[in-house]
Amino acid sequence: MKTIIQAIFFLSLIGISELLSAQTIVTGKVTDKKNPLRGVSITLKNSYDGATSDSTGKFSFKTFERGEFIFTATSVGYKPFEQKITLEGKGTLTIDIILKEEVTELSAVVISAGTFEASDRKKAAAVLNPIDIVTTASAEGDVTGALKTLPGAQQVGESEGLFVRGGTASETKIFIDGTLVNNFFQSSTPNIASRGRFSPFIFKGTVFSTGGYSALYGQALSSALILETIDLPERPSASLGLSIIGVNGGYQSLSKNKRSSVGTSYAYTNLTPAFAVFKQKQNYSQAPELHSGDANFRIKTSKTGILKYYGYFNSSRLDFTTNSIDSIGYKDRFGLTNFNMYHNLAWKENLGHGWKLNAGLSYTLNKDKIKSGLKDGNKKDVILTGLEFKKFNLDLDGNYMNAKLVLEKRLKGISVLRFGGEYNFSNEKSLFTLYTGQQFAQRLKENIRSLFVESDIYITNNVAAKIGTRLEHSSLLNKSNIAPRISLAYKLGKQAQASLAYGIFYQNPERRYLPSPNELTFMKATHYVAQYQKVTGATTFRTEIFYKKYENLIKTGNVNGRDGIAINNSGFGDAKGFEFFWRDKKTIKNLDYWISYSFLDTKRDFLNFPYATSPNFAAKHTASVVIKKFVQAWKIQFNGAYNYASSRPYYNIVPSGTGYKFADMGKVPAYNNFSFAFNYLPTVGNQNAKNFAVYVLSISNVFNVKQVYGYQYSYNGLRKEQIVPPSRMFVYIGAFFSFGIDRTENAVNDRLF
Amino acid sequence: MKKTIIILTVMFAANFSFAQMPEKFVKAMEALVPAVDTTHSVDGLSELANAFERIANAETNQWLPFYYAALCNVSAGTMIGAGGDMMAAKGDKTDPYADKADALLAKAEALMKDNSEIFIVKKQIATLRMLGDPMNRYMTYGPEAAAALEEAKKLNPDNPRTFLLEGSDKFYTPEQFGGSKEEAKKIFEEGIKKYESFKPESSIHPTWGLPQLKYIMGQIQ
Repeated sequence: MKTIIQAIFFLSLIGISELLSAQTIVTGKVTDKKNPLRGVSITLKNSYDGATSDSTGKFSFKTFERGEFIFTATSVGYKPFEQKITLEGKGTLTIDIILKEEVTELSAVVISAGTFEASDRKKAAAVLNPIDIVTTASAEGDVTGALKTLPGAQQVGESEGLFVRGGTASETKIFIDGTLVNNFFQSSTPNIASRGRFSPFIFKGTVFSTGGYSALYGQALSSALILETIDLPERPSASLGLSIIGVNGGYQSLSKNKRSSVGTSYAYTNLTPAFAVFKQKQNYSQAPELHSGDANFRIKTSKTGILKYYGYFNSSRLDFTTNSIDSIGYKDRFGLTNFNMYHNLAWKENLGHGWKLNAGLSYTLNKDKIKSGLKDGNKKDVILTGLEFKKFNLDLDGNYMNAKLVLEKRLKGISVLRFGGEYNFSNEKSLFTLYTGQQFAQRLKENIRSLFVESDIYITNNVAAKIGTRLEHSSLLNKSNIAPRISLAYKLGKQAQASLAYGIFYQNPERRYLPSPNELTFMKATHYVAQYQKVTGATTFRTEIFYKKYENLIKTGNVNGRDGIAINNSGFGDAKGFEFFWRDKKTIKNLDYWISYSFLDTKRDFLNFPYATSPNFAAKHTASVVIKKFVQAWKIQFNGAYNYASSRPYYNIVPSGTGYKFADMGKVPAYNNFSFAFNYLPTVGNQNAKNFAVYVLSISNVFNVKQVYGYQYSYNGLRKEQIVPPSRMFVYIGAFFSFGIDRTENAVNDRLF
Repeated sequence: MKKTIIILTVMFAANFSFAQMPEKFVKAMEALVPAVDTTHSVDGLSELANAFERIANAETNQWLPFYYAALCNVSAGTMIGAGGDMMAAKGDKTDPYADKADALLAKAEALMKDNSEIFIVKKQIATLRMLGDPMNRYMTYGPEAAAALEEAKKLNPDNPRTFLLEGSDKFYTPEQFGGSKEEAKKIFEEGIKKYESFKPESSIHPTWGLPQLKYIMGQIQ
């Protein structure tokens, strides 16, 4: 009996322990070595069992599983943790886990020294996005206008282009989908800044490098502006725009399978009505008139590959007179007709095994016909003795071809190696016709071939380097150069980082100073940039200090009676300064503003400068404040911008003996510009809207402040005159509509594919 | 002949049981599915999402756990996105949830094509992406969300959750942007009827949304 009871007791004990041992308790703590990690998913692979770590990093779960299992811990931004465990169906298993940070594009430090990135890409550092460019009050819808509110760029109003950190406009090169763009701006007109040819709406991303840019780009001493065109549209649409300067319309289709699209648009611009209201300094016999059109197609070549074409043409003319500074009572005439054609084909493809291909091909044809002359009070053409040179015709005919191929190989983690080549061809003809009818024809051909290699190396999430080098050969100079570039980035905290950049940059002498009777070489700039940046979700703070050294700048002289011809590379200079940028989108509800400030100290001896001095396009202090306030109730965005530049020097440089001298010099007053714009967006925020409308009213120089850009001198140097904007204030009124087209109404498109 | 029939029967049975859901799976899911309607915190939803994902990774031929894991991720992200200043950009916080939900939903869709419920979550993901930066993204993700909801309706006009989403959009959108509490109420009333008559395919197929609908409706006076 006793034994039976004992046996039962014993058996029941086994039973109980059997019952107890049926499950194992798995418990532990997840940390990143220092801090506990919450929300980490703990899993027994191929079972349902697991847990999620709490705010102290602890987890615990029971499991009835037995045997060998793979225990995993996963969390976004960390490398997955795996460990083989054996579940014995009893007891407690304690597993403490240390997760290692994963180097990802989202969390890694961004190699950012010298660059401003404006895109919708998630990869941080987005300082301005494409919509910001359109809604910056002082930008007047021009891509480069918005960039002038960023530190590093000068407020130069008398000519187009970006003057960056003591560099001339020609030291900034612009690239679309990787390839160089020639004639980005409308052809130059004396003392009037031309607008860019391309609509800001065709670009989805902008990278504005004010120094130390990548080895993938070259032939720019100061700056590279890298623009990326949009991919496939979300839906087919038609657009219509009406403004006081013209009309435009477009149509964008999208195939049913959303793998290809075709689009075209046309714009007619005529400034006659606007100039009737806002009196211009120039007296136009033909106000600027422009026909322009573009066409595009985009085809998805694979899951990640895309082939994009963008083509543009324009035909424009203008003709005006201004009171001649050389001869009182007479007028200087300037007439310009321009034909421009631009084609760009870009192909991106993932080749597999970590290889990516980026190829681009672009072609530009640009024809300018310039007519210059002198007119009397009755608007009749006249030729005055001593001023015969004022009458001439200049016909320019430029052909440009650019090709680029970049191969990218993914290395360990997110590190990559890129290499490839670039070919830039140009063939420029000019025909100069003197008042006598005598003609001088010239032709300049250039082939620049480049090879480059660059690697982004991510050592950890916190340390990264971009190391590259570029090799270029110019057929015109018959010389080669090698340009190393290096950037380092170090993450100081979750949102802060410091970067350093160093690089050598070469550029050919500008073609307008060629051909030279002497052998020339590349102009050279060396950049040193140090940056600190802190980017939170809604605020950006950035500061940079830089030093830039110029060598081998072109000096010009008089060659066979022609002034302004490159004679040697003995020019030099430097630029140093510091910059701040602060943007805040959150402190005040629905208010977004940014402030930028640049200090620039630069001197250079180039062209016909008698000695090194601060050039006329460089202001010591430049600042911008841009404010955007959206009033939800009215659906109106109020945009304001204030741009400031301290006084710039001006010079009258005249021949003296074998060289030149400053016959006169001075400083223009500081530049102030307040601009306002109102954008009415009746469809904003409406998720179900198929049509979008934007109404724009923008006013530049609201307070009618007098702005002086510089001085121009009469031929004899006795008189000088201020260079001022064509009109003090300008008001722009426009309405833009985009109509979504329903799939059902879109039968026509599908037949296109 | 007899052999063939036996083989065919066995094959059919095997096939049948393959399409069927194992009991263990159903039980585990039944324990979790009701929580979709009762979990109202970001941490809670993330935890629930992890639990669904564990089942999903163990039962890789079942679409429902992937679907629910995506749903819980998008709900957690939406709780963050809709909080505070709606118009402020907070994509750095919400986009990881949308990315996660996208990846999970893609797996669900690979197993179950043209399902109204999947398009419901697609709509929610597009809305979550928009919430990440409304001022700059509404033109892209607004139409995408609308298209997904359209598709959900087309695939199942009686899906009560289409009414929940449509009504919520009407309710939460400010009046000047086309929102309307009154219209929302009408849609919700219709939705309640659809919830009442809705018959899920199984005990673990989607039925969620009625408490949420009633909660929002309760705020309309």
